[in-house]
Amino acid sequence: MRLGFNRSTAVFMLGCAVVFAVFQFLFSAGILNDFWYTLVRIGAVMAIVSIGLNLIYGFNGQFSLGQWGFYAIGAYAAADITYRWTQLHNTSGLMVLLLAVLFSGLAILLLGKYLNQVRGLDAMSAFAIYLLFVVLAILLGASVARPLIAPTTALLNALPEAVSGQVVFFLAVSLGGLIAAEVSFMFGLPILTLGSDYFGIATLGFTIIIKVLLDNTDTMFGLTEMKGARGMVGIPKETNWFWVFFFLFVVVVVTRNILHSSTGRAIVSVREDETAAKAMGIDVAQMKTLTFVVGSLFAGLAGGLYAHTNGFLHPQNFNFIRSFDPMIIIVFGGLGSITGTVIASFAWALVLEGVLRIVLPEGFETWRFVVYPLLLLVMMLLRPKGLLGTYEIPFLRAALPKRRKRETNSTSGVAQAPVGTSTGEGG
Amino acid sequence: MDTAPSTQRLARIEVRELTKMFGGLKAVDSFDETIYPGELVGLIGPNGAGKTTVFNMVTGLYEPTSGHIAFDGISLEALAPHEITQLGIARTFQNVRLFPNLTVLDNVRIAYHPHAGYGMADAIRRSARFSDKEHELTERAQDLLAVFGLDQRQDEIAKNLPYGEQRRLEIARALAAEPTLLLLDEPAAGMNPKEIALLMDLIHFVREKFHLTIWLIEHQMRVVMGICERITVVDFGEVIARGNPQEIQSDAQVIEAYLGRGAAAVAQHLSEKRSYVARS
Repeated sequence: MRLGFNRSTAVFMLGCAVVFAVFQFLFSAGILNDFWYTLVRIGAVMAIVSIGLNLIYGFNGQFSLGQWGFYAIGAYAAADITYRWTQLHNTSGLMVLLLAVLFSGLAILLLGKYLNQVRGLDAMSAFAIYLLFVVLAILLGASVARPLIAPTTALLNALPEAVSGQVVFFLAVSLGGLIAAEVSFMFGLPILTLGSDYFGIATLGFTIIIKVLLDNTDTMFGLTEMKGARGMVGIPKETNWFWVFFFLFVVVVVTRNILHSSTGRAIVSVREDETAAKAMGIDVAQMKTLTFVVGSLFAGLAGGLYAHTNGFLHPQNFNFIRSFDPMIIIVFGGLGSITGTVIASFAWALVLEGVLRIVLPEGFETWRFVVYPLLLLVMMLLRPKGLLGTYEIPFLRAALPKRRKRETNSTSGVAQAPVGTSTGEGG
Repeated sequence: MDTAPSTQRLARIEVRELTKMFGGLKAVDSFDETIYPGELVGLIGPNGAGKTTVFNMVTGLYEPTSGHIAFDGISLEALAPHEITQLGIARTFQNVRLFPNLTVLDNVRIAYHPHAGYGMADAIRRSARFSDKEHELTERAQDLLAVFGLDQRQDEIAKNLPYGEQRRLEIARALAAEPTLLLLDEPAAGMNPKEIALLMDLIHFVREKFHLTIWLIEHQMRVVMGICERITVVDFGEVIARGNPQEIQSDAQVIEAYLGRGAAAVAQHLSEKRSYVARS
């Protein structure tokens, strides 16, 4: 990866290294106890979901309440993989999901290439075709995966236990993200044609559906280890400071690189004026799908990390009410500001569950749900554009890679149009 | 530039019996137009005559109820707006539609997106191709802004520009889409006479420099009569007159559509009187 080491990049990298090292020291030396350790990790997880949502709502202008649903999908998918590895000592979860994701991903990509050539295909027909092939791909993936379970289990067992655990965990979180991305693509096909308010309602519906499905995982899908509404236990607690930091870092850099490119400008143009974007040759539907899928990928990754933080998942955590949390965070931090989103996520986790618990007198801890909305209210009155507005640290701002010197004749050779900057020429 | 229409040449844009119904209202009724490469053609008519609806159908924003549109011989009916733009038709809007919260430079660079020459994978990896193409694209955008005298403004937010500059930026942005046919929807709306004079020079200038065919909607008679080679007049969705500016100016039906029936008679009288004076 060419990062183009200019000053802002160097400062950013150094800053990240320092923050990582300082917190790592504080945690391992026990200066910050487990309570704060959990809150910091939750803050980082929320930052990842919220950056994804900011991409969708803040930069692309699509009001989505569905991110919490994708977060849930990522959490349960990743948890299932590591659960099967640590409790059942085989790679059944890993291999089935890996191949299903791989095959359905290929099916989507190939179909996408082909269906682009077809004229006048409406969204619902396209959705039906995609669904058919994705289901076939999943079935194919699952059947191919079965004979591969034993050899891969043996392969991973050959590695030292600490290493194999980390490998499975990393794959599990990544797959959780990819599954969420694929589901969001399928879900986005029919509903991204809706206008923004209707899109918001449809995505809210999605989150509710996912929660109900999770309540019934054991009876409907036969996934008894998920235990339905009783909550899933026995997930290894693999999410440490390194992993949340690593994923947050990757998500921030990837988001920045997408936004400050031609694709990123096309994404923002859709928010600014959809009709003008179309008239300028931007494929609005494609940009919406792209943003939605990338945002949901981030939500899925965050879900996987969350599942391995406490080692416990309960459908109640994925209730649609909670889907407003990332929405509050991005509005609080500033729509269209990655810096603001990261700061607001940590502030949300640390202030709501941490500081307020300590500040409020004994027996009044639950009053933090009164203080917190009041804080939001005051904040919105004082800074309606969010904590940081659209401010970004230098690394996250739009910048061209190092400029080459322009030849002097390239500017002098440009003919100037009659625009009245010189002496006015009458008609 | 040869501007005389000849039957041998392929029309840049050919519109046949284009009709658009909004419910029971016939906004455009069997509209015909053929424009050859290099021409500058005007489309005029009173408010609500269906001029912008024609443009919206040509650019794919509205689906025609019936009729055919062909651009360089390619049928546009089944194409999405962005595909039509990528073929080479760019437009401006009646009420300026810039990307208001983006910089002047980004407004223009967005229109280069279909020609960016790199994908999202290049952008994420920050590959060599990304930085090369990104530079090339930015320099082209800056050169284009320089042509329009906006290069000093490139880092300003588009909505903060004065109105005249916003209009100019919109034309610059349309040209960044690399069109061969430029549709201008009331480019002189809200301009003072001095700005209008400059605008007319500007339209001539971009047409020569970028080898454009231009089709424009306009209310300001000064602009239409001053620069258009041919004019089509519509009223209530129907074509009521065609011809060069002189013919249109003296067409009784056009005057009636614009000023009412009585005025047409007065105009007739005046023109007779004028020709009498000229003869004697």
